Amino acid sequence: MRNLLRGRFPGARWLVIAVPFLWMLVFFAVPFAIVLKISFAEGLIAMPPYSDILTRTDKGVIIQLNFENYLYMVRDSLYVSAYLGSLKIALISTFLCLLIGYPMAYAISRLDPTARNIALLLVILPSWTSFLIRVYAWIGILKNNGLINNFLMWIGAISEPLQILHTPLAVYVGVVYTYLPFMILPLYANLVRLDPRLEEAAYDLGAKPWRVFLSLTLPMTLAGIIAGSMLVMIPVVGEFVIPELLGGPDTLMIGKVLWEEFFNNRDWPVASAVAIIMLLLLVIPITIFHHYQSRDMEKRLA
Amino acid sequence: MSGAGRNSRFTLTLLGLGFVFLYAPILSLIVYSFNESRLVTVWSGFSFKWYGELFRDRQLMDAVWVSIRVAFYTAWAAVAIGTMAAMLLVRFRRFAGKTLFGALITAPLVMPEVITGLSLLLLFVFIGELIGTPIMRGMGTIWIAHTTFATAFVTVVVASRLTEMDRSLDEAAMDLGANRLKVFFVITLPLIVPALVAGWLLAFTLSLDDLVIASFVSGPASTTLPMKVFSSVRMGVSPKINALATLWILAVSLAAVIAWWVMARSERKRREESQGNDETT
Repeated sequence: MRNLLRGRFPGARWLVIAVPFLWMLVFFAVPFAIVLKISFAEGLIAMPPYSDILTRTDKGVIIQLNFENYLYMVRDSLYVSAYLGSLKIALISTFLCLLIGYPMAYAISRLDPTARNIALLLVILPSWTSFLIRVYAWIGILKNNGLINNFLMWIGAISEPLQILHTPLAVYVGVVYTYLPFMILPLYANLVRLDPRLEEAAYDLGAKPWRVFLSLTLPMTLAGIIAGSMLVMIPVVGEFVIPELLGGPDTLMIGKVLWEEFFNNRDWPVASAVAIIMLLLLVIPITIFHHYQSRDMEKRLA
Repeated sequence: MSGAGRNSRFTLTLLGLGFVFLYAPILSLIVYSFNESRLVTVWSGFSFKWYGELFRDRQLMDAVWVSIRVAFYTAWAAVAIGTMAAMLLVRFRRFAGKTLFGALITAPLVMPEVITGLSLLLLFVFIGELIGTPIMRGMGTIWIAHTTFATAFVTVVVASRLTEMDRSLDEAAMDLGANRLKVFFVITLPLIVPALVAGWLLAFTLSLDDLVIASFVSGPASTTLPMKVFSSVRMGVSPKINALATLWILAVSLAAVIAWWVMARSERKRREESQGNDETT
């Protein structure tokens, strides 16, 4: 059959390959090479604000690599603690999302079909409204004269407002709130495919509920747990909006540092070096995510 | 615990609490958009005045228009490229670089936005240097950036529909002598229309929602709605933003309910048709 197409429409197959491939190559892959190149450049007060690492002379092209940006990041403890802070916040909030999301996904997968569709819609709906506005909602709830403090003072539990906004706690709340749907959906997709008869059999054999969960349900849905965790953890490492709006001076996150290097300091080479190190940290998680994504698709194709 | 396959009171309670967590902040946004007072969380009486203020804010309304236009063009481009990409991943057996292509499609799903934004900006500056004149940053560059990451999401949606599809119709048409291009437009395309609509809406909302990437690649003349909202939120809470949020939530909920209703109806129709077919055979 394929020969038939090649005979009549040799261009069509070629076009379907070329358009998306070239688009993603030019606008997604090639830019990383440019970021890498500029991370070795020197910052200049010019437009664009960096030096060229290639200089053409009579004898040929000289490549001048400047490692200063990377050394700078090692010497200044700000960068190291921002990377560590981002990883810590990403790991803890991924775990919290799993803790809240797993029971929700489990319960949804066991509803009857109509209720299940409505529940799924209710999970997805918030993520179709603005991310920024959902983060903004928490400012009104957490600030000193916000809903939580007003309520606690009204019932007399506290006399002074608690400082919640601009603390790490507020960042955790914001991250878990905005990323929870990304955890629930892959978990649900796995749980709903789980044959209820397996659990039935385990119960019939006299297993206790927690034992059925730990040695049957949990391992059988591992792929969903990993996919959901990667969907939350990887973007959170580079998160900018949440630490900017909800965090305080003591919540250092690398996405915010990159933003400030670029927009406030106009230091494009250092911002590029920050991005390259972040990418290196995320290569392994992204590879794991890709592996599970493609395995999932092959399984459904088979 | 009553056993497998059903929910216990415990899991249902957790689900209910989860929904309270997801919807309480949204509800508080809506309630306080009707508040008379400038202090967002102190109630002083019902009023529509912030909605009036919202529509009188020319800069904000301009930003809404910029965002809607970018999102509209992004959605069409992402659906076109994403559908091709999905066909490529699901239907094309093997070609050089398929593994690379798979990685190029899944990585944007999780790539931190600051990295995508920075790298695209540096690309545009680099191209400007290559051709000798700087590239005008504005709606065009935002459209390219949004199309790139939205394509990845559309591809996932369309690919998952393609993998679920029954291929026997395609094969029958090809056995009857239709070429692949014709099979795609006459058989495959109508069957994946729901996925294309879902992908279009997803791309539209992703574009409408993006702050970080647009901030990197936009120029001085093109401020998108999230950029405007962000700069205003940075100054502190404002009931005007609550009013905007309420209208946004209303629009999305309405679209979701309609989409759900259309999907439920077509599902029912399909079920009835397949039952009809079963009876005749």
